[in-house]
Amino acid sequence: MTAQAAVAQVGGPGAVQAAGPGGAPAGGSSCLQTNDWICGEYVRSRGQELVDATVQHIGITAVSVLIGLLVAFPLALAARRWRAAAGPVLGLTTVLYTVPSLAMFALLTPVFGVSAAVVVTGLVMYSLTILVRNILAGLEAVPTEVREAARGMGYGSVRLLFGVELPLAVPALVAGLRIATVSTVAMTTIGSVVGYGGLGNLIASGMEGFFKAEVLTASVLCVLLALTADLLLLGLQRLLTPWTRERAPGRTRARRGARTAKGVA
Amino acid sequence: MGAIAGAWQWLTTVANWAGEKGVWHRLGEHVYLSALCLALACLIALPVALWLGHIGKGGALAVNLSNVGRAVPTFAVLVLLTLTPLGTRGDWPTIIALVLFAVPPLLTNAYLGMREADRDVVEAARGMGMSGPQLLLRVEIPLAYPLIMTGLRSATVQVVATATLAALAGGGGLGRIITAGFGNYDTAQVVAGALLVAVLALLVEGVLVLADRLFDPMRGRRRGRRATKGTGPGPGADGPGGSVGDDEVVALGKPA
Repeated sequence: MTAQAAVAQVGGPGAVQAAGPGGAPAGGSSCLQTNDWICGEYVRSRGQELVDATVQHIGITAVSVLIGLLVAFPLALAARRWRAAAGPVLGLTTVLYTVPSLAMFALLTPVFGVSAAVVVTGLVMYSLTILVRNILAGLEAVPTEVREAARGMGYGSVRLLFGVELPLAVPALVAGLRIATVSTVAMTTIGSVVGYGGLGNLIASGMEGFFKAEVLTASVLCVLLALTADLLLLGLQRLLTPWTRERAPGRTRARRGARTAKGVA
Repeated sequence: MGAIAGAWQWLTTVANWAGEKGVWHRLGEHVYLSALCLALACLIALPVALWLGHIGKGGALAVNLSNVGRAVPTFAVLVLLTLTPLGTRGDWPTIIALVLFAVPPLLTNAYLGMREADRDVVEAARGMGMSGPQLLLRVEIPLAYPLIMTGLRSATVQVVATATLAALAGGGGLGRIITAGFGNYDTAQVVAGALLVAVLALLVEGVLVLADRLFDPMRGRRRGRRATKGTGPGPGADGPGGSVGDDEVVALGKPA
């Protein structure tokens, strides 16, 4: 019965859109009537709709990435602590990663009903693969000398983790966070299949009504959102790791490790 | 768990497998589209990447391409292409979108593989008098093989996943079973379709991992080198998904 509500959700905005390009809206300006790709009038008249969709998009992405981080951290710690846990943890997250998002959301629908939880859960599962690996790579790249020195200074294992290892792993961690965030922003659009896709909802309804301006505007906003999030996280990393800026020539091993883990990001 | 029982019932109903909208037909479409697009993407990406890697130029392009690709929503591109005049030409929007998304992982990984091939070995081979093509075929490509294959794997998984999305934009493939299920308020069909797609994706990944191991030109010889490199999470970290090292973090594509 959950699928019924899903279609109602998807069909909802579509029905409204149908009045857009086809049946010239009241005081219709030319670009809405000719169904142009770029249309200022669309942005003006449907501004609220765009803002709502963007807010939903940001909300879903932020919640997914935050939960992903909260789940990935203990998993990475467990994988580092116990060798036996590493295989299953990394294997399972990799397997989850290969499941196509449409299938993932569809499979989660019977569990959560049609709700934002379906989209968030799916996105969290995808972000785990990247986050767990990067946190793990970052922690393992901390030089042994640093660890030994901290132990010698009387650091306990908890203080060692949060006071020394984690700060040194920040570059790798943020690199993973950036990849996860950018792909989550892009993938949130698929949530439109259950009506919680943020800007994806507009893309879907634009496709149904053959409304070009709606599709293009929503798509561009989506890409801009991803790039903005990426830049913000980069800024965050610079704030969190002031020491990496001063020593350009003599890079620490932790930093080099972070660079490899970061890879192409 | 009623959904699972329903899905099982749907899957075991013979009528659902036959005909134009049946599983076999959709599966055929899915596999055909994926294979075609993957072949096209390889034809475009690999020669460019190997050549750029060989001459050692264009690194910024190869690396940034992958980042840009990750930020662009597949669904948006599919819909945009469907709304252009291309949309009236059958499968072309899907094919172009799939190729577009398969090229970045292939290109980036093949390029990085070429660049990360041990420079000493390459120089030694050059010193032994190998010509450019010999160097490329007999030294650089075998050394770059693991990363090329990782790229191929993530591109394939991505293409199979994206082919599912084509259904949202009116294309064929297994995704159609899911979208049709949503359209008919048929939860059992939605779950059955999702299971089919998930199993196909996992199956393809498994086959590729096996092929990767089987065709490795340096099979059995690589272990020692890996161990001395020591940047990966270690031998215990190998999951069923194949080797899980820094390579993989680099190479992960975006599921669609």
